Amino acid sequence: MVATNVSKSYGAGEFTKQVVQNCSFTIESGKLTVMIGPSGCGKSTLIRLLAGFERASSGTITIGGKPVTGPGLDRMVVFQESALFPWMSTYDNIMFGPRARGEDTPEMRSFAELLLQKVGLDGFRRKYPSQLSGGMQRRAELARSMINKPDVMILDEPFRGLDAMTKRLMQEYYANLYEEFRRTTFFVTTDIDEAIYLADRILIMTNIPTQVRTVIDVDLPRPRHIEDITENDAANAIKMKALGLLHEEAMKSFAGGSKAAADFIDAYSRRMVKG
Amino acid sequence: MVAAARAISGKLTGFVAGDDFWRGVVAIAAFLIFWEAGSRSHAWFGFSFPWVSQVPAPTAVLQAMFRLVQEPSFWNSTFLSTLRVFEGFFAAMLIGIPLGLAMAVSRTFFGISFPVFEVLRPIPPLAWVPASIIFWPTQELSIAFVTFLGAFFTIVINVIGGARAIDVRYFQAARSMGSSTWDIFRRIILPGTLPSIVVGATVGVGITWAVVVAAEMISGGGSAGSMGGAAGGGLGFFIWNSYVGGSYTQIVAGMISIGIAGYASSAALRKIGNLMTPWLSEN
Ligand SMILES: Nc1ncnc2c1ncn2[C@@H]1O[C@H](COP(=O)(O)OP(=O)(O)O)[C@@H](O)[C@H]1O
Ligand SMILES: [Mg+2]
Repeated sequence: MVATNVSKSYGAGEFTKQVVQNCSFTIESGKLTVMIGPSGCGKSTLIRLLAGFERASSGTITIGGKPVTGPGLDRMVVFQESALFPWMSTYDNIMFGPRARGEDTPEMRSFAELLLQKVGLDGFRRKYPSQLSGGMQRRAELARSMINKPDVMILDEPFRGLDAMTKRLMQEYYANLYEEFRRTTFFVTTDIDEAIYLADRILIMTNIPTQVRTVIDVDLPRPRHIEDITENDAANAIKMKALGLLHEEAMKSFAGGSKAAADFIDAYSRRMVKG
Repeated sequence: MVAAARAISGKLTGFVAGDDFWRGVVAIAAFLIFWEAGSRSHAWFGFSFPWVSQVPAPTAVLQAMFRLVQEPSFWNSTFLSTLRVFEGFFAAMLIGIPLGLAMAVSRTFFGISFPVFEVLRPIPPLAWVPASIIFWPTQELSIAFVTFLGAFFTIVINVIGGARAIDVRYFQAARSMGSSTWDIFRRIILPGTLPSIVVGATVGVGITWAVVVAAEMISGGGSAGSMGGAAGGGLGFFIWNSYVGGSYTQIVAGMISIGIAGYASSAALRKIGNLMTPWLSEN
Protein backbone atom coordinates (compact mmCIF):
# COMPACT_ATOMS: atom_id res chain seq x y z
CA MET A 1 0.00 0.00 0.00
CA VAL A 2 1.48 3.33 -1.05
CA ALA A 3 0.61 6.92 -0.15
CA THR A 4 2.07 9.56 -2.46
CA ASN A 5 2.04 13.30 -1.68
CA VAL A 6 -1.19 12.97 0.24
CA SER A 7 -2.70 16.16 1.65
CA LYS A 8 -5.91 16.63 3.56
CA SER A 9 -7.53 19.79 4.82
CA TYR A 10 -10.86 20.47 6.46
CA GLY A 11 -13.07 23.51 6.10
CA ALA A 12 -12.87 26.21 3.46
CA GLY A 13 -11.63 29.78 3.00
CA GLU A 14 -9.89 31.30 5.95
CA PHE A 15 -11.12 28.49 8.18
CA THR A 16 -9.17 25.88 6.23
CA LYS A 17 -7.29 23.54 8.50
CA GLN A 18 -4.42 21.67 6.88
CA VAL A 19 -4.08 18.34 8.73
CA VAL A 20 -1.97 16.23 6.38
CA GLN A 21 0.54 17.81 4.01
CA ASN A 22 2.49 16.18 1.21
CA CYS A 23 2.72 12.92 3.07
CA SER A 24 4.31 9.91 1.37
CA PHE A 25 5.03 6.45 2.73
CA THR A 26 4.80 2.76 1.92
CA ILE A 27 3.16 0.01 3.92
CA GLU A 28 5.33 -2.91 2.88
CA SER A 29 3.59 -6.18 2.35
CA GLY A 30 4.07 -8.88 4.98
CA LYS A 31 5.49 -6.32 7.40
CA LEU A 32 4.24 -4.51 10.43
CA THR A 33 4.59 -0.78 9.88
CA VAL A 34 4.07 1.38 12.95
CA MET A 35 3.23 5.06 12.68
CA ILE A 36 4.09 7.15 15.69
CA GLY A 37 3.53 10.85 16.12
CA PRO A 38 2.38 13.47 18.62
CA SER A 39 -1.25 13.48 19.67
CA GLY A 40 -3.47 15.43 17.31
CA CYS A 41 -0.94 15.48 14.47
CA GLY A 42 -3.32 13.86 12.02
CA LYS A 43 -2.78 10.12 12.38
CA SER A 44 -6.44 9.21 12.60
CA THR A 45 -7.13 11.46 9.65
CA LEU A 46 -4.56 9.52 7.62
CA ILE A 47 -6.23 6.28 8.68
CA ARG A 48 -9.60 7.46 7.43
CA LEU A 49 -7.95 8.25 4.11
CA LEU A 50 -6.27 4.84 3.90
CA ALA A 51 -9.52 3.13 4.85
CA GLY A 52 -11.34 5.07 2.15
CA PHE A 53 -13.89 6.62 4.53
CA GLU A 54 -12.70 10.04 3.39
CA ARG A 55 -10.97 11.28 0.24
CA ALA A 56 -7.62 13.06 0.22
CA SER A 57 -7.62 16.72 -0.86
CA SER A 58 -4.71 15.86 -3.13
CA GLY A 59 -2.24 13.06 -3.71
CA THR A 60 -2.91 9.39 -4.26
CA ILE A 61 -3.27 6.24 -2.20
CA THR A 62 -2.90 2.90 -3.92
CA ILE A 63 -3.22 -0.68 -2.77
CA GLY A 64 -1.51 -3.29 -4.92
CA GLY A 65 -1.18 -0.61 -7.60
CA LYS A 66 -4.93 0.18 -7.69
CA PRO A 67 -6.12 3.55 -6.35
CA VAL A 68 -8.23 3.59 -3.19
CA THR A 69 -11.62 5.14 -3.90
CA GLY A 70 -13.65 3.93 -0.94
CA PRO A 71 -13.80 1.31 1.80
CA GLY A 72 -12.96 -2.17 0.58
CA LEU A 73 -12.63 -5.74 1.72
CA ASP A 74 -8.89 -5.55 1.09
CA ARG A 75 -8.43 -3.25 4.11
CA MET A 76 -9.76 -3.68 7.62
CA VAL A 77 -9.70 -0.96 10.26
CA VAL A 78 -9.68 -1.41 14.02
CA PHE A 79 -10.59 1.86 15.66
CA GLN A 80 -9.21 3.71 18.63
CA GLU A 81 -12.33 3.01 20.68
CA SER A 82 -14.16 -0.25 20.41
CA ALA A 83 -16.71 -0.35 17.63
CA LEU A 84 -18.04 -3.82 18.38
CA PHE A 85 -21.76 -4.04 17.72
CA PRO A 86 -23.33 -3.81 21.19
CA TRP A 87 -26.35 -5.91 20.17
CA MET A 88 -24.30 -8.92 19.10
CA SER A 89 -22.51 -11.52 21.17
CA THR A 90 -18.73 -11.90 20.86
CA TYR A 91 -19.20 -14.81 18.46
CA ASP A 92 -21.75 -13.00 16.30
CA ASN A 93 -19.48 -9.97 16.19
CA ILE A 94 -16.60 -12.09 14.96
CA MET A 95 -18.79 -13.79 12.37
CA PHE A 96 -20.20 -10.47 11.17
CA GLY A 97 -17.95 -10.12 8.14
CA PRO A 98 -18.35 -13.68 6.82
CA ARG A 99 -22.13 -13.49 7.24
CA ALA A 100 -22.26 -10.10 5.53
CA ARG A 101 -20.67 -11.71 2.50
CA GLY A 102 -22.77 -14.88 2.69
CA GLU A 103 -19.79 -16.98 3.83
CA ASP A 104 -21.22 -18.60 6.96
CA THR A 105 -19.36 -21.79 6.03
CA PRO A 106 -17.90 -24.57 8.22
CA GLU A 107 -14.39 -23.32 7.36
CA MET A 108 -15.23 -19.81 8.53
CA ARG A 109 -16.83 -21.15 11.69
CA SER A 110 -13.74 -23.14 12.55
CA PHE A 111 -11.57 -20.11 11.79
CA ALA A 112 -13.76 -18.17 14.21
CA GLU A 113 -13.14 -20.88 16.80
CA LEU A 114 -9.40 -20.65 16.26
CA LEU A 115 -9.48 -16.87 16.61
CA LEU A 116 -11.63 -17.05 19.74
CA GLN A 117 -8.93 -19.23 21.29
CA LYS A 118 -6.06 -17.09 20.00
CA VAL A 119 -7.49 -13.97 21.62
CA GLY A 120 -8.49 -15.83 24.79
CA LEU A 121 -12.23 -15.29 24.49
CA ASP A 122 -13.35 -18.89 24.12
CA GLY A 123 -15.37 -18.71 27.32
CA PHE A 124 -16.92 -15.38 26.43
CA ARG A 125 -18.44 -16.18 23.06
CA ARG A 126 -22.01 -15.62 24.23
CA LYS A 127 -21.30 -12.39 26.11
CA TYR A 128 -22.27 -8.99 24.81
CA PRO A 129 -19.56 -6.31 24.44
CA SER A 130 -20.86 -4.44 27.50
CA GLN A 131 -20.12 -7.56 29.55
CA LEU A 132 -16.48 -7.67 28.43
CA SER A 133 -13.59 -5.72 29.92
CA GLY A 134 -11.90 -3.07 27.82
CA GLY A 135 -9.03 -5.39 26.91
CA MET A 136 -11.40 -8.19 25.93
CA GLN A 137 -13.32 -5.84 23.69
CA ARG A 138 -10.17 -4.90 21.81
CA ARG A 139 -9.27 -8.55 21.42
CA ALA A 140 -12.74 -9.38 20.13
CA GLU A 141 -12.36 -6.56 17.67
CA LEU A 142 -8.98 -7.82 16.52
CA ALA A 143 -10.55 -11.23 15.90
CA ARG A 144 -13.51 -9.67 14.10
CA SER A 145 -11.08 -7.97 11.71
CA MET A 146 -8.68 -10.87 11.28
CA ILE A 147 -11.41 -13.28 10.18
CA ASN A 148 -11.88 -11.25 7.01
CA LYS A 149 -8.29 -11.96 5.97
CA PRO A 150 -7.73 -8.46 4.63
CA ASP A 151 -4.66 -7.69 2.53
CA VAL A 152 -3.87 -4.87 4.96
CA MET A 153 -4.85 -4.56 8.61
CA ILE A 154 -5.09 -0.97 9.84
CA LEU A 155 -5.10 -0.34 13.59
CA ASP A 156 -5.61 3.10 15.13
CA GLU A 157 -4.19 3.19 18.67
CA PRO A 158 -5.99 -0.05 19.49
CA PHE A 159 -4.62 -0.29 23.03
CA ARG A 160 -5.06 3.33 24.03
CA GLY A 161 -6.85 3.88 27.30
CA LEU A 162 -6.12 0.45 28.73
CA ASP A 163 -4.37 0.18 32.07
CA ALA A 164 -0.66 -0.70 32.00
CA MET A 165 -1.07 -4.39 32.86
CA THR A 166 -3.83 -4.98 30.32
CA LYS A 167 -1.98 -3.03 27.69
CA ARG A 168 1.11 -5.17 28.06
CA LEU A 169 -0.98 -8.32 27.85
CA MET A 170 -2.66 -7.00 24.73
CA GLN A 171 0.67 -6.25 23.12
CA GLU A 172 1.75 -9.84 23.73
CA TYR A 173 -1.52 -11.24 22.37
CA TYR A 174 -1.18 -9.00 19.39
CA ALA A 175 2.47 -9.86 18.69
CA ASN A 176 1.48 -13.54 18.78
CA LEU A 177 -1.37 -13.00 16.36
CA TYR A 178 0.88 -11.07 14.02
CA GLU A 179 3.69 -13.59 14.15
CA GLU A 180 1.21 -16.39 13.45
CA PHE A 181 -0.56 -14.86 10.46
CA ARG A 182 1.98 -12.28 9.18
CA ARG A 183 -0.65 -10.08 7.66
CA THR A 184 0.46 -6.72 6.25
CA THR A 185 -0.27 -4.31 9.07
CA PHE A 186 -0.37 -0.58 9.64
CA PHE A 187 -0.36 0.17 13.34
CA VAL A 188 -0.76 3.66 14.77
CA THR A 189 0.38 4.48 18.29
CA THR A 190 1.80 7.23 20.49
CA ASP A 191 3.70 4.75 22.67
CA ILE A 192 7.37 4.34 21.67
CA ASP A 193 7.88 1.09 23.62
CA GLU A 194 4.86 -0.44 21.92
CA ALA A 195 6.17 0.73 18.56
CA ILE A 196 9.60 -0.86 19.03
CA TYR A 197 8.21 -4.11 20.43
CA LEU A 198 5.83 -4.60 17.50
CA ALA A 199 7.34 -2.88 14.46
CA ASP A 200 9.35 -3.98 11.48
CA ARG A 201 9.44 -0.35 10.41
CA ILE A 202 8.60 2.80 12.31
CA LEU A 203 7.35 5.96 10.60
CA ILE A 204 7.95 8.99 12.78
CA MET A 205 5.53 11.76 11.95
CA THR A 206 5.91 15.52 12.17
CA ASN A 207 3.44 17.66 14.01
CA ILE A 208 0.31 18.96 12.30
CA PRO A 209 0.11 19.32 9.27
CA THR A 210 1.70 15.91 9.37
CA GLN A 211 4.11 14.12 7.07
CA VAL A 212 6.74 11.45 7.57
CA ARG A 213 9.77 12.84 9.32
CA THR A 214 11.93 9.72 9.51
CA VAL A 215 11.66 6.00 8.85
CA ILE A 216 13.46 3.66 11.22
CA ASP A 217 13.89 -0.04 10.48
CA VAL A 218 13.58 -2.30 13.48
CA ASP A 219 15.33 -5.56 12.70
CA LEU A 220 15.09 -7.21 16.07
CA PRO A 221 14.56 -10.97 15.78
CA ARG A 222 11.08 -12.48 16.24
CA PRO A 223 9.44 -13.82 18.31
CA ARG A 224 10.21 -10.89 20.58
CA HIS A 225 9.78 -10.62 24.31
CA ILE A 226 8.97 -7.41 26.08
CA GLU A 227 11.64 -8.03 28.78
CA ASP A 228 14.38 -8.48 26.16
CA ILE A 229 13.44 -5.29 24.39
CA THR A 230 14.05 -3.14 27.45
CA GLU A 231 17.58 -4.56 27.76
CA ASN A 232 18.45 -4.74 24.09
CA ASP A 233 21.06 -2.12 23.05
CA ALA A 234 19.80 -1.80 19.48
CA ALA A 235 16.27 -1.30 20.77
CA ASN A 236 17.43 1.34 23.21
CA ALA A 237 19.34 3.17 20.51
CA ILE A 238 16.18 3.28 18.39
CA LYS A 239 14.22 4.48 21.37
CA MET A 240 16.64 7.35 22.09
CA LYS A 241 16.62 8.46 18.49
CA ALA A 242 12.83 8.26 18.18
CA LEU A 243 12.27 10.05 21.47
CA GLY A 244 14.54 12.89 20.41
CA LEU A 245 12.60 13.41 17.20
CA LEU A 246 9.23 13.09 18.89
CA HIS A 247 10.28 15.57 21.54
CA GLU A 248 11.13 18.12 18.86
CA GLU A 249 7.75 17.62 17.21
CA ALA A 250 5.91 17.82 20.49
CA MET A 251 7.69 21.11 21.26
CA LYS A 252 6.40 22.54 18.02
CA SER A 253 2.89 21.81 19.15
CA PHE A 254 3.41 23.72 22.37
CA ALA A 255 4.89 26.66 20.54
CA GLY A 256 2.00 26.59 18.12
CA GLY A 257 3.38 29.39 15.95
CA SER A 258 3.94 31.83 18.78
CA LYS A 259 7.47 33.21 18.73
CA ALA A 260 7.37 34.14 22.40
CA ALA A 261 6.31 30.65 23.41
CA ALA A 262 8.97 29.10 21.19
CA ASP A 263 11.67 31.28 22.76
CA PHE A 264 10.42 30.44 26.18
CA ILE A 265 10.52 26.71 25.51
CA ASP A 266 13.93 27.04 23.91
CA ALA A 267 15.36 28.92 26.87
CA TYR A 268 13.71 26.56 29.27
CA SER A 269 15.08 23.42 27.62
CA ARG A 270 18.58 24.95 27.52
CA ARG A 271 18.46 25.60 31.22
CA MET A 272 17.26 22.01 31.74
CA VAL A 273 20.24 20.68 29.78
CA LYS A 274 22.72 22.76 31.79
CA GLY A 275 21.15 21.31 34.90
CA MET B 1 -26.76 -15.88 35.14
CA VAL B 2 -26.24 -16.79 38.76
CA ALA B 3 -24.50 -13.51 39.36
CA ALA B 4 -27.32 -11.66 37.62
CA ALA B 5 -29.97 -13.47 39.67
CA ARG B 6 -28.07 -12.71 42.83
CA ALA B 7 -27.75 -9.07 41.88
CA ILE B 8 -31.47 -8.80 41.20
CA SER B 9 -32.51 -10.59 44.37
CA GLY B 10 -29.99 -8.48 46.22
CA LYS B 11 -31.54 -5.35 44.79
CA LEU B 12 -35.00 -6.60 45.71
CA THR B 13 -34.09 -7.47 49.30
CA GLY B 14 -32.29 -4.19 49.51
CA PHE B 15 -35.41 -2.43 48.33
CA VAL B 16 -37.88 -4.33 50.52
CA ALA B 17 -35.78 -3.97 53.63
CA GLY B 18 -34.31 -0.61 52.72
CA ASP B 19 -35.27 2.89 53.81
CA ASP B 20 -36.86 3.72 50.47
CA PHE B 21 -39.34 0.89 50.82
CA TRP B 22 -40.45 1.93 54.29
CA ARG B 23 -40.62 5.58 53.33
CA GLY B 24 -42.91 4.55 50.48
CA VAL B 25 -45.13 2.48 52.79
CA VAL B 26 -45.40 5.26 55.32
CA ALA B 27 -46.13 7.85 52.66
CA ILE B 28 -48.91 5.81 51.08
CA ALA B 29 -50.41 4.97 54.47
CA ALA B 30 -50.32 8.62 55.51
CA PHE B 31 -51.92 9.61 52.23
CA LEU B 32 -54.74 7.08 52.67
CA ILE B 33 -55.36 8.11 56.29
CA PHE B 34 -55.45 11.77 55.34
CA TRP B 35 -57.80 10.98 52.48
CA GLU B 36 -60.09 8.85 54.68
CA ALA B 37 -60.14 11.48 57.43
CA GLY B 38 -60.72 14.25 54.90
CA SER B 39 -63.65 12.49 53.26
CA ARG B 40 -65.25 11.65 56.56
CA SER B 41 -64.31 14.93 58.23
CA HIS B 42 -67.95 15.98 58.58
CA ALA B 43 -68.89 12.78 60.41
CA TRP B 44 -65.67 12.52 62.43
CA PHE B 45 -64.82 16.13 63.32
CA GLY B 46 -68.12 17.88 62.75
CA PHE B 47 -66.82 20.18 60.05
CA SER B 48 -65.94 19.61 56.38
CA PHE B 49 -62.39 19.87 55.09
CA PRO B 50 -62.35 21.91 51.92
CA TRP B 51 -62.09 19.88 48.66
CA VAL B 52 -61.22 16.46 50.17
CA SER B 53 -64.57 16.19 51.89
CA GLN B 54 -66.17 16.02 48.44
CA VAL B 55 -64.11 12.95 47.52
CA PRO B 56 -65.38 9.49 48.44
CA ALA B 57 -63.33 7.80 51.14
CA PRO B 58 -60.82 5.09 50.21
CA THR B 59 -62.79 2.47 52.12
CA ALA B 60 -65.91 3.37 50.17
CA VAL B 61 -63.98 3.23 46.91
CA LEU B 62 -62.63 -0.15 47.88
CA GLN B 63 -66.15 -1.39 48.49
CA ALA B 64 -67.25 -0.03 45.12
CA MET B 65 -64.36 -1.82 43.45
CA PHE B 66 -65.31 -5.04 45.18
CA ARG B 67 -68.78 -4.74 43.76
CA LEU B 68 -67.49 -3.75 40.32
CA VAL B 69 -65.14 -6.65 39.80
CA GLN B 70 -68.11 -8.95 40.14
CA GLU B 71 -70.02 -7.17 37.40
CA PRO B 72 -69.53 -8.38 33.81
CA SER B 73 -70.33 -4.91 32.45
CA PHE B 74 -67.31 -3.45 34.24
CA TRP B 75 -65.08 -6.05 32.68
CA ASN B 76 -66.71 -5.41 29.38
CA SER B 77 -65.81 -1.73 29.70
CA THR B 78 -62.25 -2.55 30.66
CA PHE B 79 -62.03 -4.96 27.77
CA LEU B 80 -63.37 -2.40 25.29
CA SER B 81 -60.91 0.29 26.39
CA THR B 82 -58.04 -2.18 26.35
CA LEU B 83 -59.03 -3.29 22.88
CA ARG B 84 -59.11 0.30 21.63
CA VAL B 85 -55.78 1.05 23.26
CA PHE B 86 -54.16 -1.93 21.60
CA GLU B 87 -55.78 -1.34 18.23
CA GLY B 88 -54.54 2.22 18.21
CA PHE B 89 -51.20 1.29 19.68
CA PHE B 90 -50.48 -1.54 17.26
CA ALA B 91 -51.56 0.55 14.32
CA ALA B 92 -49.18 3.27 15.57
CA MET B 93 -46.33 0.75 15.82
CA LEU B 94 -47.13 -0.81 12.48
CA ILE B 95 -47.14 2.51 10.64
CA GLY B 96 -44.85 4.54 12.92
CA ILE B 97 -41.80 2.25 12.97
CA PRO B 98 -41.42 1.86 9.18
CA LEU B 99 -42.20 5.54 8.69
CA GLY B 100 -39.65 6.60 11.29
CA LEU B 101 -37.02 4.30 9.81
CA ALA B 102 -37.71 5.57 6.30
CA MET B 103 -37.42 9.15 7.52
CA ALA B 104 -34.15 8.38 9.27
CA VAL B 105 -32.64 6.51 6.34
CA SER B 106 -33.71 8.58 3.35
CA ARG B 107 -32.80 12.23 3.20
CA THR B 108 -35.26 12.82 0.37
CA PHE B 109 -38.14 11.17 2.15
CA PHE B 110 -37.26 13.06 5.32
CA GLY B 111 -37.26 16.35 3.45
CA ILE B 112 -40.72 15.65 2.07
CA SER B 113 -42.42 14.19 5.12
CA PHE B 114 -40.87 15.89 8.12
CA PRO B 115 -42.40 19.36 7.63
CA VAL B 116 -45.89 17.85 7.39
CA PHE B 117 -45.14 15.67 10.36
CA GLU B 118 -43.92 18.62 12.43
CA VAL B 119 -47.03 20.66 11.65
CA LEU B 120 -49.35 17.84 12.68
CA ARG B 121 -47.38 16.71 15.71
CA PRO B 122 -48.15 19.60 18.10
CA ILE B 123 -51.92 19.19 17.58
CA PRO B 124 -53.16 17.41 20.71
CA PRO B 125 -54.81 14.08 19.83
CA LEU B 126 -58.02 15.19 21.53
CA ALA B 127 -58.33 18.14 19.16
CA TRP B 128 -58.81 15.50 16.47
CA VAL B 129 -61.90 14.03 18.10
CA PRO B 130 -64.62 16.07 16.35
CA ALA B 131 -62.90 15.84 12.98
CA SER B 132 -62.37 12.12 13.27
CA ILE B 133 -66.01 11.55 14.30
CA ILE B 134 -66.99 13.34 11.11
CA PHE B 135 -64.50 11.58 8.85
CA TRP B 136 -64.61 8.01 10.10
CA PRO B 137 -67.71 5.94 9.36
CA THR B 138 -68.12 4.52 12.86
CA GLN B 139 -67.57 5.88 16.38
CA GLU B 140 -65.41 2.87 17.07
CA LEU B 141 -63.02 3.78 14.26
CA SER B 142 -62.86 7.42 15.26
CA ILE B 143 -61.90 6.52 18.83
CA ALA B 144 -59.30 4.06 17.60
CA PHE B 145 -57.92 6.72 15.27
CA VAL B 146 -57.50 9.29 18.03
CA THR B 147 -55.89 6.61 20.17
CA PHE B 148 -53.57 5.82 17.29
CA LEU B 149 -52.49 9.46 17.07
CA GLY B 150 -51.64 9.50 20.76
CA ALA B 151 -48.94 6.87 20.31
CA PHE B 152 -48.01 7.51 16.69
CA PHE B 153 -46.03 10.75 16.99
CA THR B 154 -44.10 9.61 20.04
CA ILE B 155 -43.12 6.38 18.33
CA VAL B 156 -42.04 8.08 15.09
CA ILE B 157 -39.97 10.71 16.90
CA ASN B 158 -38.24 8.03 18.96
CA VAL B 159 -37.50 5.88 15.94
CA ILE B 160 -35.99 8.79 14.01
CA GLY B 161 -33.94 9.88 17.01
CA GLY B 162 -32.76 6.34 17.73
CA ALA B 163 -31.76 5.57 14.17
CA ARG B 164 -29.96 8.88 13.82
CA ALA B 165 -28.02 8.37 17.03
CA ILE B 166 -26.40 5.14 15.83
CA ASP B 167 -22.63 5.61 15.95
CA VAL B 168 -21.23 6.25 12.47
CA ARG B 169 -18.37 3.83 13.23
CA TYR B 170 -20.83 0.92 13.17
CA PHE B 171 -21.72 1.79 9.61
CA GLN B 172 -18.07 2.19 8.66
CA ALA B 173 -17.15 -1.10 10.28
CA ALA B 174 -20.06 -2.93 8.63
CA ARG B 175 -19.34 -1.46 5.25
CA SER B 176 -15.65 -2.28 5.43
CA MET B 177 -16.54 -5.90 6.25
CA GLY B 178 -18.60 -6.17 3.09
CA SER B 179 -22.16 -5.44 4.27
CA SER B 180 -24.72 -4.59 1.63
CA THR B 181 -27.20 -1.78 2.23
CA TRP B 182 -29.88 -4.30 3.15
CA ASP B 183 -27.50 -6.11 5.51
CA ILE B 184 -26.66 -2.82 7.20
CA PHE B 185 -30.34 -2.05 7.57
CA ARG B 186 -31.15 -5.47 9.00
CA ARG B 187 -28.15 -5.97 11.29
CA ILE B 188 -27.14 -2.42 12.24
CA ILE B 189 -30.03 0.02 11.88
CA LEU B 190 -32.79 -2.27 13.12
CA PRO B 191 -31.11 -3.55 16.30
CA GLY B 192 -29.49 -0.14 16.84
CA THR B 193 -32.91 1.51 16.83
CA LEU B 194 -34.63 -1.17 18.91
CA PRO B 195 -33.92 0.42 22.32
CA SER B 196 -35.52 3.67 21.16
CA ILE B 197 -38.48 1.78 19.73
CA VAL B 198 -38.99 0.19 23.14
CA VAL B 199 -38.85 3.60 24.83
CA GLY B 200 -41.27 5.07 22.28
CA ALA B 201 -43.66 2.16 22.74
CA THR B 202 -43.58 2.33 26.54
CA VAL B 203 -44.23 6.07 26.59
CA GLY B 204 -46.69 5.79 23.70
CA VAL B 205 -48.91 3.22 25.39
CA GLY B 206 -49.22 5.50 28.43
CA ILE B 207 -50.36 8.37 26.21
CA THR B 208 -52.75 5.97 24.50
CA TRP B 209 -54.54 5.27 27.77
CA ALA B 210 -54.86 8.96 28.51
CA VAL B 211 -56.28 9.58 25.07
CA VAL B 212 -58.69 6.64 24.86
CA VAL B 213 -60.43 7.60 28.09
CA ALA B 214 -60.94 11.21 27.04
CA ALA B 215 -62.06 10.17 23.56
CA GLU B 216 -64.63 7.81 25.04
CA MET B 217 -65.98 10.58 27.24
CA ILE B 218 -66.26 13.06 24.43
CA SER B 219 -67.69 10.75 21.82
CA GLY B 220 -70.21 9.15 24.12
CA GLY B 221 -68.65 5.75 24.47
CA GLY B 222 -68.46 4.60 20.90
CA SER B 223 -70.83 2.06 19.37
CA ALA B 224 -71.80 0.41 22.64
CA GLY B 225 -72.40 3.75 24.29
CA SER B 226 -74.53 5.15 21.54
CA MET B 227 -76.64 2.01 21.65
CA GLY B 228 -77.51 3.02 25.15
CA GLY B 229 -75.54 0.42 27.10
CA ALA B 230 -74.63 2.38 30.20
CA ALA B 231 -71.54 0.39 31.10
CA GLY B 232 -70.53 -0.95 27.69
CA GLY B 233 -68.72 2.07 26.32
CA GLY B 234 -65.26 1.64 27.78
CA LEU B 235 -63.77 2.92 31.02
CA GLY B 236 -63.91 6.55 29.95
CA PHE B 237 -67.60 6.30 29.27
CA PHE B 238 -68.02 4.32 32.47
CA ILE B 239 -66.53 7.18 34.49
CA TRP B 240 -68.59 9.75 32.65
CA ASN B 241 -71.70 7.70 33.18
CA SER B 242 -70.94 7.34 36.88
CA TYR B 243 -70.59 11.09 37.06
CA VAL B 244 -73.89 11.66 35.32
CA GLY B 245 -75.50 9.08 37.58
CA GLY B 246 -73.98 10.69 40.68
CA SER B 247 -72.02 7.61 41.75
CA TYR B 248 -68.84 9.24 43.01
CA THR B 249 -67.29 6.09 44.42
CA GLN B 250 -67.53 4.54 40.96
CA ILE B 251 -65.79 7.53 39.42
CA VAL B 252 -62.78 7.03 41.64
CA ALA B 253 -62.92 3.25 41.20
CA GLY B 254 -62.90 3.79 37.42
CA MET B 255 -59.94 6.16 37.71
CA ILE B 256 -58.00 3.65 39.73
CA SER B 257 -58.81 0.92 37.19
CA ILE B 258 -57.34 3.06 34.44
CA GLY B 259 -54.27 3.71 36.53
CA ILE B 260 -53.78 0.00 37.02
CA ALA B 261 -54.44 -0.82 33.37
CA GLY B 262 -52.01 1.88 32.20
CA TYR B 263 -49.34 0.71 34.59
CA ALA B 264 -49.83 -2.92 33.56
CA SER B 265 -49.53 -2.04 29.85
CA SER B 266 -46.33 -0.07 30.37
CA ALA B 267 -44.86 -2.77 32.60
CA ALA B 268 -45.71 -5.47 30.05
CA LEU B 269 -44.10 -3.47 27.26
CA ARG B 270 -41.01 -2.81 29.34
CA LYS B 271 -40.77 -6.52 30.02
CA ILE B 272 -41.10 -7.40 26.34
CA GLY B 273 -38.66 -4.64 25.50
CA ASN B 274 -36.09 -6.02 27.93
CA LEU B 275 -36.43 -9.45 26.37
CA MET B 276 -35.89 -7.97 22.92
CA THR B 277 -32.83 -5.95 23.93
CA PRO B 278 -30.89 -8.39 26.14
CA TRP B 279 -27.61 -6.56 25.50
CA LEU B 280 -28.83 -3.61 27.55
CA SER B 281 -29.83 -5.49 30.68
CA GLU B 282 -27.55 -8.51 31.14
CA ASN B 283 -24.62 -7.14 33.01
N1 LIG C 1 -13.55 16.19 10.35
C1 LIG C 1 -12.70 17.12 10.79
N2 LIG C 1 -12.96 18.43 10.62
C2 LIG C 1 -12.09 19.37 11.06
N3 LIG C 1 -10.96 19.10 11.69
C3 LIG C 1 -10.63 17.83 11.88
C4 LIG C 1 -11.48 16.77 11.45
N4 LIG C 1 -10.89 15.60 11.78
C5 LIG C 1 -9.74 15.92 12.39
N5 LIG C 1 -9.58 17.25 12.45
C6 LIG C 1 -8.44 17.93 13.04
O1 LIG C 1 -7.28 17.29 12.64
C7 LIG C 1 -6.34 17.25 13.69
C8 LIG C 1 -5.75 15.88 13.80
O2 LIG C 1 -6.72 14.97 14.25
P1 LIG C 1 -6.44 13.42 14.31
O3 LIG C 1 -6.22 12.91 12.93
O4 LIG C 1 -7.56 12.79 15.06
O5 LIG C 1 -5.09 13.34 15.15
P2 LIG C 1 -4.40 12.09 15.87
O6 LIG C 1 -5.12 10.85 15.51
O7 LIG C 1 -2.99 12.12 15.37
O8 LIG C 1 -4.43 12.37 17.34
C9 LIG C 1 -7.05 17.72 14.93
O9 LIG C 1 -6.54 18.99 15.27
C10 LIG C 1 -8.47 17.85 14.54
O10 LIG C 1 -9.02 19.00 15.10
MG1 LIG D 1 -6.10 9.52 16.71
